[in-house]
Amino acid sequence: MNKLINDPGNVVADALRGLAAAHPELRVDHEQRVVFRGDAPVRGKVGLVSGGGSGHEPLHAGFVGAGMLDAACAGEIFTSPVPDQMAAATNGVDGGAGVLHIVKNYTGDVMNFEMAAELAETEVVAVVIDDDVAVQDSLYTAGRRGVGVTVLVEKIAGAAAEEGRPLDAVAAVARKVNSQGRSMGVALSSCTVPAAGRPTFDLPDGEMELGIGIHGEPGRRRVPTGTAAEIAEMLLAPILADLDFTGGDGVICFVNGMGATPLIELYVMYQEVAAILGKAGVPIARSLVGPYITSLDMAGCSVTLLKADDEILRLWDAPVRTPALRWGV
Amino acid sequence: MPDTVDITALHGWIREFARLIADHKDLLTELDAAIGDADHGINMHRGMSAVVTTLESESPGRPSEIFKRTGMTLVSTVGGASGPLYGTAFLRMSAIAGDAESLDGTDLAKLLRAALDGVAQRGKASVGDKTMLDALSPAVEALESAIEDGQPLAVALGAAVRAAEEGRAATIPMVARKGRASYLGERSAGHQDPGATSVTFLLAAAATSLS
Repeated sequence: MNKLINDPGNVVADALRGLAAAHPELRVDHEQRVVFRGDAPVRGKVGLVSGGGSGHEPLHAGFVGAGMLDAACAGEIFTSPVPDQMAAATNGVDGGAGVLHIVKNYTGDVMNFEMAAELAETEVVAVVIDDDVAVQDSLYTAGRRGVGVTVLVEKIAGAAAEEGRPLDAVAAVARKVNSQGRSMGVALSSCTVPAAGRPTFDLPDGEMELGIGIHGEPGRRRVPTGTAAEIAEMLLAPILADLDFTGGDGVICFVNGMGATPLIELYVMYQEVAAILGKAGVPIARSLVGPYITSLDMAGCSVTLLKADDEILRLWDAPVRTPALRWGV
Repeated sequence: MPDTVDITALHGWIREFARLIADHKDLLTELDAAIGDADHGINMHRGMSAVVTTLESESPGRPSEIFKRTGMTLVSTVGGASGPLYGTAFLRMSAIAGDAESLDGTDLAKLLRAALDGVAQRGKASVGDKTMLDALSPAVEALESAIEDGQPLAVALGAAVRAAEEGRAATIPMVARKGRASYLGERSAGHQDPGATSVTFLLAAAATSLS
C-alpha cells in the first residue's frame, strides 16, 4: 500500500514536526510529544488537556488553541500516551485555576490519565467521554467508547474555560455535553497501522462493519452495504432509541469522516441524516461536517447528535482559533 | 543448585522476557488484531527493548531496584493498557522485595502474588474476563502451592508455566468483559487473549532464568 511516510516507526514524530512547522502559533515539545497553546499557561484560566493515541487527526492536537484545548498529548498510533507526557502537559498549562483532563473511555487512556493525575502538581479533574451507542451492554464491557462527542466537549468546555469559569463549572459543562451526546459509526474499509503494514481486518467488497470504533477494531455486526439513505437509518436508529432528542433547542448534528471518505459523500450522508431528523421531529440547531476524529485511512463515517440548550449553543458559537476549528476570530 | 535467586538471575529473567517478546512480537500483534487494535507486540517490544537498555546502563544491584526500573520504564514507554498494567505489576514486586539482596522461592511467590493483585486493581478485572489475569492467576496459585509443598524452585516454576499455558488456552472460548476486546461481545470468543499470551512468556522466562 502506498503511503506518504518516511519510516513507519517515525510517523508520529514526523507529523508533529509538520504540525509545528505549519502552525508556529503552537509550541510543540517533541521530546514529550505534547502540543501546547503558544501562550500557555494562561493565568487564571482552567487548563484543558486531552490526548490519546495518534491516528485520529485532527483530534487532539488540531484542537489546541484559543477557545479549545491548552495542550494535547500524542501517543503512538492507536496507543494511549504515557503518564509522563500527560503530567508534563498538565503542569505546563496550569495557570493557577486547575486542569481538566478530557479522557476518551478506553481502558489504556483511563489508566494512564489516572496515573498522570497522581503525578501532576496541580488540582486535576477528569471527565471521561463515553458516547458510542454501538457498545450496548456496559455491564459486561469496558463501557461505551469515547468517539465523536469528544470533539464537541473539547470545543464547548474550551469556551467555558475561556470565559473564566472555575474548574468545577468547566467540568460540569463537559459532563453535560457527554451525557447529552450520542454517536454511532460505520466502516466501509479497514485501516492500516503504519508499523503493521497491512489492513487490520479484511472487509470484502459489499460488506461493512456497523458499530465501528476509531481504532480499526471490528464493529459489532458485519452487514451488507447499502445506500447512503439506508446507512443513515442504521446509524440514527440506535442513537434516537438511546436518548430523546425531540423538543428543546434542537441538536448539534455532526457527520464525521473516518479518514478516507471524501467530503462529497459526507454531505450525501448529511442530507439523509437531516431528512431522518426532520421526520423524527428533531430540529438541527448547528451542524459540523468533515473528518474531525478519524481512524487513519479507514473509509466510513460516524454520526453524533448533541442535545443542545442555550448555554451549549452560546459556547459552541464562541470564538475558536485552532488548526482544525476556527471561527468568530 | 540452591534455590536462591540472585541479582544476576533476575537480570537474566528480564532479558529473557524481552527476548521472548521480541521473538513473538508478530504473534502478539496478530492475536491483538483479531480482538483488539493490533499493537500489543509492537508496544511490548518497544517497552522491553527500553527496559533492557536501561538495565544495561544503570545495572541496578538490588531486586527491588531492578523491578522499579523495569516498571517505571514500561509505564513511560509502552502506553496503551499494557503499560500501566505491566508497570504496576513490576512496581508492586519492587515494593514487596524491599531491601532483600536475593530471593528464595517463597519470596518469589509473594512477589508474583503482589503483581497479580496490582494488575487486578489497576485493570478492575477478575479471572474469567479474558485478560492477562486468566494466565497469571492460575500460575501464581500453582507456584504458591508447589513452594508450600516444598518442591524445588525449578519444579514450582515449571508448574506455574504449565498453569499459565492452560489459563492462556482457556481464554480462547471466553467472551471478553474488559478492554477493547469487550466491545466485540460474543465475537471475541474463539480467539486467544494477547495479554494472557505475553504474561505466559514472563513466566516461561522465569522458569528458564531463575532455576
